[in-house]
Amino acid sequence: MEDYLLIPLLPLLAFIVNILFGRKYIRDKAYLISCTAVIGSFIVSVAILFDVIGGKTINEDLYTWVVSGNFRVSVGFLIDQLTAVMLIVVTGVGSIIHIYSIGYMHGDKGYYRFFAYLSLFTFSMLMLVMANNFLLLYFGWEAVGLCSYLLIGFWFEKKSASDAGKKAFITCRFGDFGFAIGVILIFLTFGTLHYVPVFNKAEGFATQTVNILGLEVGLITLIAMLLFAGAVGKSAQIPLHVWLPDAMEGPTPVSALIHAATMVTAGVFMVARCSPLFNLSEVAMHVVAITGATTAVFAATIAIVQNDIKRIIAYSTISHLGLMFLACGVGAYGAGVFHLYTHAFFKALLFLCAGSVIHALHHNDIQRMGGLKKYMPITYITFFIAALSAAGIPGLAGFFSKDEILWYAYASDNPAGKFVWVLGTVVAFLTPFYLFRMIFLTFHSKFRGTHEEERNLHESPRVMTIPLILLALGAVASGWVGIPKLLGGGAHFINFLKPVLGYPEAHGTHVEEWVIMCISTVIAISGVGLAGVMYLIKTDIPMRVAKKLSSLYRILFNKYYVDELYSLIIVRPAIWIADRVIEGFTDAKIIEGMVNGVPRSIGAFGERLRKIQTGLLHHYAIIMALGFLIIALMLWF
Amino acid sequence: MVPQLFFAYFAMVIVITSVLVITRKNPVHSVLWMLLLFIHIAALYLFLNAEFLAVIQIIIYAGAILVLFLFVIMLLNLKKEELGKRFQRGWTLSILIGAFSIALLLSILGKVTVFPPPGPYSIEAIQREGSIMTLGRLLYTEYLFPFEIVSVILLVAIIGAVVLAKKRRIGG
Amino acid sequence: MVPLSWYIVLSALVFSIGIIGFLIRRNIIIMLMCIELMLNAVNISFAAFAHYMQDMRGQIMVFFVIAVAASEAVIGLALVIALFRNKPTVNIDEINIMKG
Repeated sequence: MEDYLLIPLLPLLAFIVNILFGRKYIRDKAYLISCTAVIGSFIVSVAILFDVIGGKTINEDLYTWVVSGNFRVSVGFLIDQLTAVMLIVVTGVGSIIHIYSIGYMHGDKGYYRFFAYLSLFTFSMLMLVMANNFLLLYFGWEAVGLCSYLLIGFWFEKKSASDAGKKAFITCRFGDFGFAIGVILIFLTFGTLHYVPVFNKAEGFATQTVNILGLEVGLITLIAMLLFAGAVGKSAQIPLHVWLPDAMEGPTPVSALIHAATMVTAGVFMVARCSPLFNLSEVAMHVVAITGATTAVFAATIAIVQNDIKRIIAYSTISHLGLMFLACGVGAYGAGVFHLYTHAFFKALLFLCAGSVIHALHHNDIQRMGGLKKYMPITYITFFIAALSAAGIPGLAGFFSKDEILWYAYASDNPAGKFVWVLGTVVAFLTPFYLFRMIFLTFHSKFRGTHEEERNLHESPRVMTIPLILLALGAVASGWVGIPKLLGGGAHFINFLKPVLGYPEAHGTHVEEWVIMCISTVIAISGVGLAGVMYLIKTDIPMRVAKKLSSLYRILFNKYYVDELYSLIIVRPAIWIADRVIEGFTDAKIIEGMVNGVPRSIGAFGERLRKIQTGLLHHYAIIMALGFLIIALMLWF
Repeated sequence: MVPQLFFAYFAMVIVITSVLVITRKNPVHSVLWMLLLFIHIAALYLFLNAEFLAVIQIIIYAGAILVLFLFVIMLLNLKKEELGKRFQRGWTLSILIGAFSIALLLSILGKVTVFPPPGPYSIEAIQREGSIMTLGRLLYTEYLFPFEIVSVILLVAIIGAVVLAKKRRIGG
Repeated sequence: MVPLSWYIVLSALVFSIGIIGFLIRRNIIIMLMCIELMLNAVNISFAAFAHYMQDMRGQIMVFFVIAVAASEAVIGLALVIALFRNKPTVNIDEINIMKG
């Protein structure tokens, strides 16, 4: 058996052991099984990474899965540079979060279940990134959606949690539907679902069009858009972003792992993986870029007025995912994946730090926090580092990846490039602003909670702070592999991905590149500065601004009323249909009518038939005589 | 000419008495008319060269069965009021059925044209050995098994009659 | 000679009268007598055919019919007596416990 198979197999085994034996036998020791499995996968992933750096790629079909006429799909694995990066992200950040969960979930009565689901999720995500055909990708896609539902609704006795789980799954479904149709189209067009043949043949179909309702739509464009629909759902872009903030009902490690580092990035991974298809369709690329950019700005504007610490970070995730799609949309897939990689570190760190705070205070409201830096120093420092990295302060990881995105957006030959660059720069301003607003309100000035809470404030146990420190190191250093040539580095990261994703074209001079870099740096620092002014020094400004622009404030605070809109046009009609039509009519009248009606009519018929047995001999005699006559007649004729 | 006249007389009496049997109010009257019917049927058997059958008819039907009917009627001892109405409510349908069946049965009359060849038992052959001897010879050789069955049937009838009509003893 | 068809007509008539009587009367005993009537009509037919086909089997049949008719009349009357003990009526309209 090949070594790389261990990577998904270990978490799968951990899941099976935990789910079968966890309740009665393993209980509190469940973490041992899951953590060993995922750390084992990480070690093998590192080994694979070195193999791939040395030039070796694997594309193997292991086992024929479906054979049906012309349709052949195997369970097969593709390990190339892109997969290797994703493996490191998933298993590395995953291991750290597993260790963190040992302390965070301690004492929860679903302890074994949590680790079982985490292992199942890890397995699914690994299958997703290691697949070598669209069907296995779809399998992983759906499986991570399932795990997301299970983990968001982990505390299922809480109604808001189970509702959030349902919302996540159902919203994703809209996207997954498009994705499925895209996969079907791929099969119909190319006759196979495996990546390599599809990408090789894609060029030949570049000019083919499909007639839909009178409009001539490019075939590849259609496929790419449908695949992107799945990404929109899974990576929470507009208009399917509504599930991610509500997914914060799940435990914080879940938010860190699934909704920051890995599952939501599956959409970006998929777009990057299908870059040969997207590259052939300008329309699809424009849609991806503009959707990403718009979502980024949209989410950032909401984040600046939120008060729930996890929601701020959730909107930040949506915003950064938008940036990644922005990069892919302008052709800089490598930059998008680079940002995916650094974002995993600092976003997971942000979440875990927030989890640490919540662990101490048992609530999420930043308006009731304050002055925590003297009670939770490690959390404070790591949180600060994470925010600096996310904000794009030079030297830290986030700076390099975000800068690459902005530069390639500006310098691409995509006509929308400059426009999305502007939007990206706006995001570069807003991100530090809301992140540092969060930090200043949470950790600085005086504590605004109750005395009871103040007495309970404590730093988190070592099993939780060590992962924070590890992630902080990642948040700082992970970007150093991708330092662009401008600053003297070798742009190793993007070069590494070149065989898979191509090298993005940059039509600009070095001077322009310097200027862009300076603009984004200045903007980031001014974002931090504004936050400092508003929340540290003159703390009455926020209140005055909110009062003056009260309607704007309300729109932002209520997330642009998107949830209410969806509730009105989708949820309520659906519930109405389910209630009145499906239940009231087809279920009650038709099906029950049949199910009850059959015995009822049999009974009624029987009642009527019973009357023949009158008990009177005379009637029987008459019927006998009639019968005799009829038979005689029949024999006669 | 003469045989046909005799037949006509017997046939007429048979039909008239059968109508009378089914229409009398008093069951005893019905039984008495039936007696007359049976005697005339026996006469008809004599016409058909079946002397044994004629004798059997008189002895068993007229002599045993009708007497049994009379016994039961007397045993039930119904007063005149208890006899109740004679005819059923839906008697028109019954008359119709009857008429229809007559029509049906009579309609075959002209239709059968091919008869099987006559058997060996001509009138002369019967007269040579006598009716009883002929009948007995057939009965005890070819139709022995049905004969034995009939004896079992008669046994069953006897036992059944005793069991059914027995008075139930209380506590027995 | 009396043609066979006359016997057949006679037999048919008596049989139908028996049927009519069976369907028309209320008294059980009269109904039993109508059954005897029907059986006799059939006997006439069998004997006629025996004579005209010169086949003895018709008479054998009559023999058996008489025997069975006798036993059946016996059992029928015994049943009437047994019924009479429960409900002192010979009117079959009133014996309808098997209704439904």
